[in-house]
Amino acid sequence: MAKIRGAIVVDTEKCKGCEVCVVSCPFGVIALAQEVNGKGYRYAYMHQPDACTGCISCALVCPDSVITVYKVKIAAAASE
Amino acid sequence: MVAEIIKPENIAYAKSKVLTDAPMHYCPGCSHGTVHKILAEVIEDLGIQDKTIGITPVGCAVLLYSYLDIDWVEAAHGRAPAVATGIKRANPDMHVLAYQGDGDLAAIGTGEIIHACNRGENITVIFINNGIYGMTGGQMAPTTLVGMKTATTPQGRQVDINGYPFKVSEIMAQLPGTSYVTRQAVHTPGAVRQAKKALKKAVEKAYAGKGTSFVEFVATCSSGWKLSPTEANRWMTENMLPFYPLGDLKDN
Repeated sequence: MAKIRGAIVVDTEKCKGCEVCVVSCPFGVIALAQEVNGKGYRYAYMHQPDACTGCISCALVCPDSVITVYKVKIAAAASE
Repeated sequence: MVAEIIKPENIAYAKSKVLTDAPMHYCPGCSHGTVHKILAEVIEDLGIQDKTIGITPVGCAVLLYSYLDIDWVEAAHGRAPAVATGIKRANPDMHVLAYQGDGDLAAIGTGEIIHACNRGENITVIFINNGIYGMTGGQMAPTTLVGMKTATTPQGRQVDINGYPFKVSEIMAQLPGTSYVTRQAVHTPGAVRQAKKALKKAVEKAYAGKGTSFVEFVATCSSGWKLSPTEANRWMTENMLPFYPLGDLKDN
């Protein structure tokens, strides 16, 4: 069976750390960083990158459109 | 592994090209940003970027013209539907959108919106309802819920002093000029998908000359409500949505 893997890239300088993506992620991938960006906000990052499926839930709810989502299908043979 | 996934050919979701690169001035988690985003996506999907004229309101969304790369006109407080009427009548082949908040549309602009909807102007009205005047510091608006604490009702809105909350969409649905009246929200991924579908339909129906499309968004104002963005979404689900239920009120 093909496996789906995803990843997100956050524009950390524009992220306001509102946490809406954190609670919207069905797999608990996202968390807020301990560091802050230039505006003083703790930005979102992939805390559990292996759990991401590229479902775009985080990007849909992001008010500042700072999340870009990537998604790939990996054939079973290649991933084993 | 992550580096192998992050390649241009694997993009599943990226920021709409209709949105500019200007960072939005809104507070963290503000519903305005999410509504701007789905509006940009609808404009991009329909391929109408050079055929759309928007009217910005007075309120937090006054700077909306900096964020969406379409033509904009700024209206006086509450007068967006009147300005939209003139623009649409002079340019019948353009898509005309009026974007307003509840202080703008439901208080000072009540006359304009009721008559624009009653005349059935072929415009799309986007109405952001967060139950308060967000920009000026969270004062009571006509849409404030009974018992809801605001800067001007610190003990909560009382019916005997402040009157009842105003259900704008229900009134617009009764007017013969409206063809599509719907209430949406953008607090969860599912709601965002639903809202985008509704917004697209609204823009298409107004352009087809069926009458006014009216799209209400039940929204949050975390700063005005004095809650964190995620708490504000929860508060909205528990308190706003029972009084302002989501869904289509009129579709003909």
